[in-house]
Amino acid sequence: MSSSVMNDFVNPVEPFLRSDRMPHIWCPGCGIGTTVNCFARALIESKVDLQSLALVSGIGCTGRVAGYVKLDSFHTTHGRAIPFATGLKLANPKLNVVVYSGDGDLSAIGGNHLIHAARRNIDLKVICVNNLIYAMTGGQTAPTTPEHAITSTAPYGVYEPTFNLPHLVEAAGAVYVARWTTFHVRQLARAMSEAFQKKGFSFIEVISPCPTLYQRRNKLGDGLDTMKYYKEKSKVRHGAPTSEVGLSMNGEIIVGKFVDRDRPDYQSMMRTQFHEVLGEKYVETY
Amino acid sequence: MKADPRGVLTGVHFIDGDHACCEGALAAGARFAAGYPITPSTEVVERFAARVPTVGGCFIQMEDELAASIALQGAVWGGAKAFTVTSGPGFSLMMEHVGYAAMTETPCVFVDVQRGGPSTGLPTLPAQADMMQARWGSHGDYEIIALCPNSPQECFDLTIKAFNLAEEFRVPVMMMMDEVVGHMTEKVVIPPADQIEVVPRKHTHKSVDNYLPYEANGDMVPEIAHAGEGYKFHVTGLTHDERGYPNMTPKAQDKLVRRLQNKVRAAADRIAMLEEEQLDGADVVVISYGITSRVAQRAIDLARQRGLHVGKLRLITAWPFPDKKIAELAAKVKAFVVPELNMGQMVREVERAAVGQAKTFSVPHAGGGVHQPEEILKVIVEASRCQAA
Repeated sequence: MSSSVMNDFVNPVEPFLRSDRMPHIWCPGCGIGTTVNCFARALIESKVDLQSLALVSGIGCTGRVAGYVKLDSFHTTHGRAIPFATGLKLANPKLNVVVYSGDGDLSAIGGNHLIHAARRNIDLKVICVNNLIYAMTGGQTAPTTPEHAITSTAPYGVYEPTFNLPHLVEAAGAVYVARWTTFHVRQLARAMSEAFQKKGFSFIEVISPCPTLYQRRNKLGDGLDTMKYYKEKSKVRHGAPTSEVGLSMNGEIIVGKFVDRDRPDYQSMMRTQFHEVLGEKYVETY
Repeated sequence: MKADPRGVLTGVHFIDGDHACCEGALAAGARFAAGYPITPSTEVVERFAARVPTVGGCFIQMEDELAASIALQGAVWGGAKAFTVTSGPGFSLMMEHVGYAAMTETPCVFVDVQRGGPSTGLPTLPAQADMMQARWGSHGDYEIIALCPNSPQECFDLTIKAFNLAEEFRVPVMMMMDEVVGHMTEKVVIPPADQIEVVPRKHTHKSVDNYLPYEANGDMVPEIAHAGEGYKFHVTGLTHDERGYPNMTPKAQDKLVRRLQNKVRAAADRIAMLEEEQLDGADVVVISYGITSRVAQRAIDLARQRGLHVGKLRLITAWPFPDKKIAELAAKVKAFVVPELNMGQMVREVERAAVGQAKTFSVPHAGGGVHQPEEILKVIVEASRCQAA
């Protein structure tokens, strides 16, 4: 191979990243980078207009995604990516708004916003990287931590029930709900592309390793061991009732597309209502 | 530029301060509000929700004040002028996002119709006890601007001013109303749109390749771009450099935090709006703001009837505090009397700015009502008898 060929080689996802911010902060074996790669590939595949695409993150390891993507990107406050994104989308409905954040950010401190955005069916694509723990702060118990797992704040094992996020967001009204692991890179990228085709509140949960804090503390091996676990224990069940997809520490991981339905999104409902009630007086801005 | 006539309800109205505030926001160009109901502020967004679909914009009632105070910032980055409205308990919840707006330089307006506190306090009764919270409520060092209307007319006028200042300095601006001013009904004159000056967003004219989102020049206020315009910029609440990229160094922190403070401090004299009356030759100056200034007026009149030389200074701008004006006066007068509907908040600023040159008398009130003019008069009389500092 000649050197000119080497020089011409550009990683297909590179144009989507802020190369001047590399290296990133994520640990070896962490799955967040893998999800970003899938996201970039989904952008290529779905041919989304990048100029009208905005990405909003909260706080935490996944919250740092906003800083690495070459898009209009907002690193907001802890738990508040969804309400920020709601304001952004309402002010400029032409924007395609993606919320990219972690399980603790979206389902604990931001849990109320998650259910209300799903209820309103705001047109947002939410990518929730679930590493089962608060990783940025050193591995504390999250609402998603499987029962009996050891965390820095549950040194004798977690005894709280675990949040089943697909079940939660389906009940609240999401139109698209899927779960994959970072082993399922093609399926994950496809799910992200599909979400771009949906109008309304879409939610993709990505089960992702945290070798530094979750796997190590629970003697589950390194990043590669976790990939093997995902490969062996994942079961694809499209359309599975979300009530049956809860996670445990060593058990099966049900993956697939669980919900794909249509109902009017918030802005369509708003426009319909105002046209109906206000008639000519309604000034539709977009 | 002039106001968009669609948002301006030109005419003579008989409305309360909350409604006047809403009209001020619409006249200023606000086309987005996010709110959560709380007495005695809710009427502002109730009116906005009714008016804004006919003007071109939207209101959303969020699930809590945390959501409301960040949804409005999303709307700002989407290109809208936006605000939220609350009272004490909600204002407490919004503090994190006051800090986010200060750090990310998101121009926006927070309206606080103050009620008695702490905690749930007195939901339907007045106070002015959030004055220090407006200045210091979020963690870290930053500057904000706060305005204090004392009538429904000023609720209209100053809300426009609040939006204009927010745009000029890219800071959160606080409209520090109180329950009485919010619920008081008076004549409000709304001028024609072409007589209302509106400050547009400080939008960048730079090309995508030459734009740095947090590069600031002489006035220390960077130029903004909106999402969807191709700039592909990054905004973070982390300490950041001119590119908007996180930079976790003391050097970057020093540069950013100093600029966030100095851009407001350097313009403090220009931002200061003060109502002055008979300050020349005064022995005592009564310093007040908001509804208390109207009670203080009666006390001042009574004192003058007794032959006392009493001046009046009304703080229309509470923050940045008019240090220079107070220092000038302190060199000339014997004492300041500071009545307020709290246990003594802005009086501390008066005392600080006076640097011992004049005595300072607090006239506190725990809230739930307003002072009796006689309570203030009593302190004016006492102050006028004191020995000069």
